[in-house]
This record gives sequence, structure tokens and C-alpha cells, in this order.
Amino acid sequence: MISQLSHRLNTSSVPTSSTRLLIIGGITLIGGGMLFGDIFAVFVLHQNGGATGEALLAASHAVALGDAQSIKTIFGHIGGLLEDHGTKVDTHVHMSDAGYLALLLALVQPYVALSERRKKQLAWFFIAAGICLPVGIFLIHYVGLAYSPSPVIGWASVLADSAGGILIAVLVIESWALWKHLNSNDSLSQREFPHDRDWEQRVLLSAGATLVLLGFIYGAWYAGVDLYEHEARETQIFHSILSVASQNGDSTAGVNSYGALAAEKAVKVAAHSHIIEFGLLAILLSFVQPYVYLSPLWRRRWILLFLAGSLILPSFVFLETKLGLLAGGIADIGGLMVIIALAGMLAGVIRYTGALEAIEQSQ
Amino acid sequence: MNAQRLLISGGLILAAIGMIYGLYYALFVEHQTLDQMGGSLANAFMAAADRRIPQSDSALADYTKSKYVYVRQVDVHSHWIGLAMLLIALGASWGHVRFSSRTRLWVAIMLLAGSFAFPLGVLLQTTFHGPLPSAVAIAGSALVIVALALSILGLSMKNRVEE
Repeated sequence: MISQLSHRLNTSSVPTSSTRLLIIGGITLIGGGMLFGDIFAVFVLHQNGGATGEALLAASHAVALGDAQSIKTIFGHIGGLLEDHGTKVDTHVHMSDAGYLALLLALVQPYVALSERRKKQLAWFFIAAGICLPVGIFLIHYVGLAYSPSPVIGWASVLADSAGGILIAVLVIESWALWKHLNSNDSLSQREFPHDRDWEQRVLLSAGATLVLLGFIYGAWYAGVDLYEHEARETQIFHSILSVASQNGDSTAGVNSYGALAAEKAVKVAAHSHIIEFGLLAILLSFVQPYVYLSPLWRRRWILLFLAGSLILPSFVFLETKLGLLAGGIADIGGLMVIIALAGMLAGVIRYTGALEAIEQSQ
Repeated sequence: MNAQRLLISGGLILAAIGMIYGLYYALFVEHQTLDQMGGSLANAFMAAADRRIPQSDSALADYTKSKYVYVRQVDVHSHWIGLAMLLIALGASWGHVRFSSRTRLWVAIMLLAGSFAFPLGVLLQTTFHGPLPSAVAIAGSALVIVALALSILGLSMKNRVEE
């Protein structure tokens, strides 16, 4: 294997440092985002949903009692709970998505008409902003508007928005440099990604594209069958809660229906988004395989573990409304399988980088 | 026109559009929309507490409208970026799609057109009523699904189709 690496180094087919940096940063961000998502699902999601339901029930009791003043306070509390939930979901999504974009940028590095030094600087900016964006989003709920000069945007939002701005700027510069390369007859600034791991690449490419297709078909079905029905049902439930409460009745059944609807919506949307994200990740990981410096057996083990987790997580998230917490637990195990597989592949990429540096130093 | 270039450049442009839209949305729209949504629902409950039922119904209708718009605005941002990433990833693997170059170009055009049109249709739903925005969204998603199915077929073929 060392001789293969040495040969690649001599023939300039190794990825340059910007590519390696983006691959390592990308997998780390995706793994971090998934770990955060798993922790959120286990420790925050259900508790937050329960607290929101309790607050809504308290608001309906206040309606029955004709206590409009308390409602204001309760809705302030519900707003806080929704912000807590929303910012944690956004932290998970944005950290993972920044990782996907980093892997995508790694793919296009050979076609980017910039010096290696500039590419490396941009890669560092991208990874740093990819970390600051989810950290800023996470802090929005806790920092709030403390010391903020704006009545609606706090310092945590400023951090998140600035990081988002940097991500956009890097993307625009990379797009411009890519466009420049495509419109010139210059040779590639580095060699393209090699295709010497056929089984791994083929399995990840075809399985990934199939997962994405399944996610799209499910998403189209959801939009056609469920989306409008869910929206209409939510309005109907609120009407029912308010109508019963304003006649001094007990709205517990209505509030429970609202909780069930919120859970149904959440699991269906999560199943749709997760199966597509894992499919996309599988396609991206197919390009990284030549740089996973592990034995073929271990590379295949990590791929199979990754694909199994990618199927288990969305399937059991979808089944959560039918099977309850058991399905939620199995889905979390699926997520953990993906995280472990990513960590295994990341270890392989880091070993590759270490081996390259050793060869570079010896030459 | 090279299909691989089309997918990668189109994907990068779409990602930039999705991110710029997301940044604009986060800075100028999201906080206000969330305030409007929360405020409308709170008003519906407060009006019901005062037994002002018509006002409660009206505030609930405002909440429904705000939420309808909010859900779609967030969907536009996430779908544009998600589809952009898919275009770039597929563009990089386009060499493995075993169709003739002409077919590959058409499939790439379908993917790009669908990826742009589907979220655009969803965005138009927030401002225009009637069937046109939904038709654009449905046509866009159908294009993406068909093109992706064709891509999987091309990826699974062993030998390239001769020109």
C-alpha cells in the first residue's frame, strides 16, 4: 500500500492539501452533526414536545377561565420551547449540510483555477465557517437579545449569519474559479479523483442514488397526500380546542390530537430528509474511498455498516408513530451505526494523510 | 455542451441561489414571520378567552396563512441547496453513467431544470394563488424523479451505449 501511495505521489495523483482538508473537515462536520442529532433525539425532542403540549393545555385552561393575561405569558413560554426545538434541529441540519458542501468542494478542487495556497486558505475559511454557523444557531436560544443593538436579531444570530456569509463567499469564489477553468483550455490544477476501488465506488454510488430516489418518491407522496391534510387538520384541531375551551369544556383530547399530529408530521418529514441525506452522503463517500487507507475488508465493513444504518434510521423514524419508542430507539442505533462507519472511514483518510506526509518527508 | 460541466456549474449556481435566499430569509423575513405566527395564535387564544369568537377565528386564519407561507419558504431554502448538492455529486459521477453522450446531456438538462423549477414552484405558491405554481412544482419534482431513475439505470449498466 505504501508503494501505491508513493507511486501516486510521484505521479501527482494524490489529492492536494485543500482536498484532504475538505474531506477530513467534511466527514468531521457530518459526523458531528449526526452525533448532535442523536443526542437531540434522545435527550431533548420528546421532552420538548411534552412541555409544549403541557403549555398548550394550560393555555386552553386559561381560555376556559377567561384569563387572557395568562395566555400571553404561556405563549411566551411556548415561543421559547419552539425556539429551543427549532434551533437544535437547525444546528443538526446546518452542521451536516456544511459537511456535505465541504465534501462537494473537495470533489471539484481539481477543476478550480486557483493556486494551491489560495485553495487551502478557502478550505480553512469554509471549515471554520461550517463550525461557527451551527454553533451560532445553537446559541440563539441561550443568548437571545442580550446586549444586542437590534430589537429582533441577537449576537448569536449575527455569528450564524456572518458564518453563512463566509460560506456563500467561499462558494462564489470557488464557482468563479471553476467557471474560469471550464472556459479555458488549462490542464487540471491537480489530478482527478482516481477510480481504483471499483466495488466500493459502485456499491456506494448505486445504493446512494437509489436511497435518494426513494426519498424523492416518498417526498412527492407526502406533498401530494399528507401536507395539505396536515395543515387543514392543524387548523381544525385549534378550532376545536378554542371552541371547547370557550364553552368552559376540557380540551385535553384536542391538545393530545395536536401532539399526535405534530409527531406524525415530524417523523414523516424526518424520514424523507434523512433517507435523501444518507443517499447523497453515500454518493459523496464513493469518491472518498480511494483515500480510505484501510484493508479492503475493513473498507467494505464500514460501507456495509453505513448503508445498513442509512436504511435503518429513516425506516424506523417513519415507524415511530406506529411502534412508539421502540422504533425511536432502533432509529437512534441506525444513526449510531452511520456515525461509527463515518469515524472508521475518517480514520482511514487520516491514516492516508499521515502516510503521505511520511513519504513526502522521506523524499 | 458537456453534461458533467452543466451539472456541476448548475449545481454550484443553484447552491449559491439557495444560500443567498436563506441568508436573505434569515435576516429579513424569518424572525418577523415567526413573530407573526406566534402572535396570531396567541391572539386567537386571547380573543377566545374574552369570548370574542369572530376575532379568534380571524386570528386563527392569520396563523394558518402565516404558517402556510413559513413552511414553504423554509422548504424552498432546503430543497434548492439539497438538490444543488445532488447535482454536483451526480455531475462528479457522471462518467459512470453508461448512456450515450447525447442521452446523458438530456438527462442532465432534465435534472437541472427540475431542480430549479421544483423549489421555484413552491416559492411561487407563497405569492400566487391558483394552479400554476403547484403545476410548476409538480412538473419540477417529476422531472427530477424521472431523471434520477434514468441516472440509476445508467449507473447500473455495465457497458456504455454506443453513440
